[in-house]
Amino acid sequence: MLNIKNLHVTVDDKEILKGLDLTVNAGEVHAIMGPNGSGKSTLANVLAGREGYTITKGSIDYEGKDLSGMAPEVRAREGIFLAFQYPVEIPGVNNIYMLKAAVNAKREYIGEPPLDAVEFLNLVKEKVKLVKLKEELLNRSVNEGFSGGEKKRNEIFQMAVLEPRLAILDETDSGLDIDALKIVAEGVNSLRNRDRAIILVTHYQRLLNYIVPDQVHVLFDGRIIKSGHRELALKLEEKGYDWVKSEAAA
Amino acid sequence: MATKTHDVETLVKKEYEHGFFTDIESDTVAPGLNEDVIAFISRKKNEPDWLLEWRLKAYRHWLEMEEPRWAHVHYPPIDFQDISYYSAPKTKQDGPKSLDEVDPKLLETYEKLGIPLHEQKLLAGVAVDAVFDSVSVATTFKEKLADAGVIFCSFSEAVQEHPELVRQYLGSVVPAADNFYAALNSAVFTDGSFCYIPKNTRCPMELSTYFRINASKTGQFERTLIVADEGSYVSYLEGCTAPMRDENQLHAAVVELVALDNASIKYSTVQNWYPGDEEGKGGIYNFVTKRGDCRGVNSRISWTQVETGSAITWKYPSCLLKGDNSVGEFYSVAVTNNYQQADTGTKMIHIGKNTRSTIISKGISAGHAENAYRGLVRITAKAENARNYTQCDSLLMGDKCGAHTFPYIEAKNASAQVEHEATTSKIGDDQLFYCMQRGISEEDAVNMIVNGFCKEVFKELPMEFAVEAQKLLGVTLEGAVG
Repeated sequence: MLNIKNLHVTVDDKEILKGLDLTVNAGEVHAIMGPNGSGKSTLANVLAGREGYTITKGSIDYEGKDLSGMAPEVRAREGIFLAFQYPVEIPGVNNIYMLKAAVNAKREYIGEPPLDAVEFLNLVKEKVKLVKLKEELLNRSVNEGFSGGEKKRNEIFQMAVLEPRLAILDETDSGLDIDALKIVAEGVNSLRNRDRAIILVTHYQRLLNYIVPDQVHVLFDGRIIKSGHRELALKLEEKGYDWVKSEAAA
Repeated sequence: MATKTHDVETLVKKEYEHGFFTDIESDTVAPGLNEDVIAFISRKKNEPDWLLEWRLKAYRHWLEMEEPRWAHVHYPPIDFQDISYYSAPKTKQDGPKSLDEVDPKLLETYEKLGIPLHEQKLLAGVAVDAVFDSVSVATTFKEKLADAGVIFCSFSEAVQEHPELVRQYLGSVVPAADNFYAALNSAVFTDGSFCYIPKNTRCPMELSTYFRINASKTGQFERTLIVADEGSYVSYLEGCTAPMRDENQLHAAVVELVALDNASIKYSTVQNWYPGDEEGKGGIYNFVTKRGDCRGVNSRISWTQVETGSAITWKYPSCLLKGDNSVGEFYSVAVTNNYQQADTGTKMIHIGKNTRSTIISKGISAGHAENAYRGLVRITAKAENARNYTQCDSLLMGDKCGAHTFPYIEAKNASAQVEHEATTSKIGDDQLFYCMQRGISEEDAVNMIVNGFCKEVFKELPMEFAVEAQKLLGVTLEGAVG
């Protein structure tokens, strides 16, 4: 589904990704781990098409399409979803009103008729249970006055409604207490299926206790320096990143 | 990486939709202003002597006055001798007696603007007075209103049919010599709308005036007078458009509202005068004096305005809160794009006891535009327990525009409570990207964010107007993301 080859990315002329390779197939969950400043969030933002990230070399192939020239809203309609590390507040814009606009923009793109208000509300009612999001939050302004945990749950709720093919979760576990983490993880697990790939960007292996990945990658200094299975994350927790760094240097 | 679908600077700018010109024969006086011109206008309108005297007095005052220069706007001096002060579509008789007699070309103009004057096609519940250049061309639903005792007609007609009411209230809120442009208007005003709601009457429908400047080199100087007698209620809407022209045109209107005991007036404006082109050429100078007088106890006047047009906007719809327990409200969205300039706000003058006022102002600037909020809250010595709440928010789009806030607060009574909140924000790239990552296009995202920003004001507008206002905002800001 996703094939990244020798990707080099600069931000403000500073090279952050320095030859990253990654292949993700449908149905898989990949965890990207790494210390601060290794390029994890850059990878998430580049995949989503954020401005200010310049690809200087290499390629990103998504479902046989070159992502580099694709506008962010088109990527979204093609099924790429980014759960933000810091979801922004948009005062005055109703949470589910925005989501309805998003759903219908995608439906229009794939040639389906827009959902009417009743159909959309039924969809919302079904999905909101997955993340146990309080219904009163649905009609508030986007993320305004949400707690940290509510913001993250709102992201997963949006993911559930938009049903992406490729979901990138950027540090979705950060700032969550253990109960909130479990709820978010359950929500994500319920969205795992054969056609959907998920990339978890995280600092901590804690999340992987609840969302068990198929593969774990260690990102360091703009490159993936080690890949493995679930056990790699546990070993990282035990030995720290220095262990992989020295191994990679050797 | 080319993450953007388009360079915003080259985004197709939607043209001003109402910029067409109606080719119609009109009676237009030669440019220039003197006592003869004023007498000509007065004669044309078959006015009583007292009104001509009133005009001339205003004119003589005006000659002594200086053009105000304190507003945060910049424009070359206006040559008041180069403006024609009277232009009217030619009519076969003295004027149309009914809609059937109105020139079909005029009806067509209003159709194009989305204001059908044929009553059967009108939105149920809205009566319209259409003002074309200097004269009112049609007023709809007159009979139905008359059944309720409501008088709604053109100003000229009111002078003929209800001279006692006009004489009693004209200039009682905005005196003829109030300010430079009000004095000019008092001297040369040509038409406008008049409305009287009798005691204990709830006006059975929304009243609306639609202003259209058509002829070139003319100014539009209309006058609106609304009197809500004791215990009455009226909701009044005002809309405006003009053709696209390279020269600037002057619009200097006066609006006076009078609310007696327990009366309530809700006045809404969607102002969409031609704003000039992208380089700032042409457009309307909108120098307007609007004031409401809460004369009676428990009276209420509420101004809601959405200002998207005009090259320069200079207006401060105000409330004189004279009656005890009276309430004044001002809800405003002012949008400026390209080289538009707006200096707008309100004045709340608390005179009676327990008077309350609320000001919600939302300014949006894009392009090279300058947007200023200027507001005065004055609590006079006798105004016990007066309360004011002011909230001014500015939204900037791009980095070449400006937002300014000039609040003036004068409290002479120790029991006053005055609150002022102000914020300035930029449409965040983060907000835009968040929406776009969900599949929403950049333009839709901007619209959504801007409408969210204006929500508190839009909810004060009558339904149809709120929809129109949202659309207008979209058109005005198209391509403004930076």
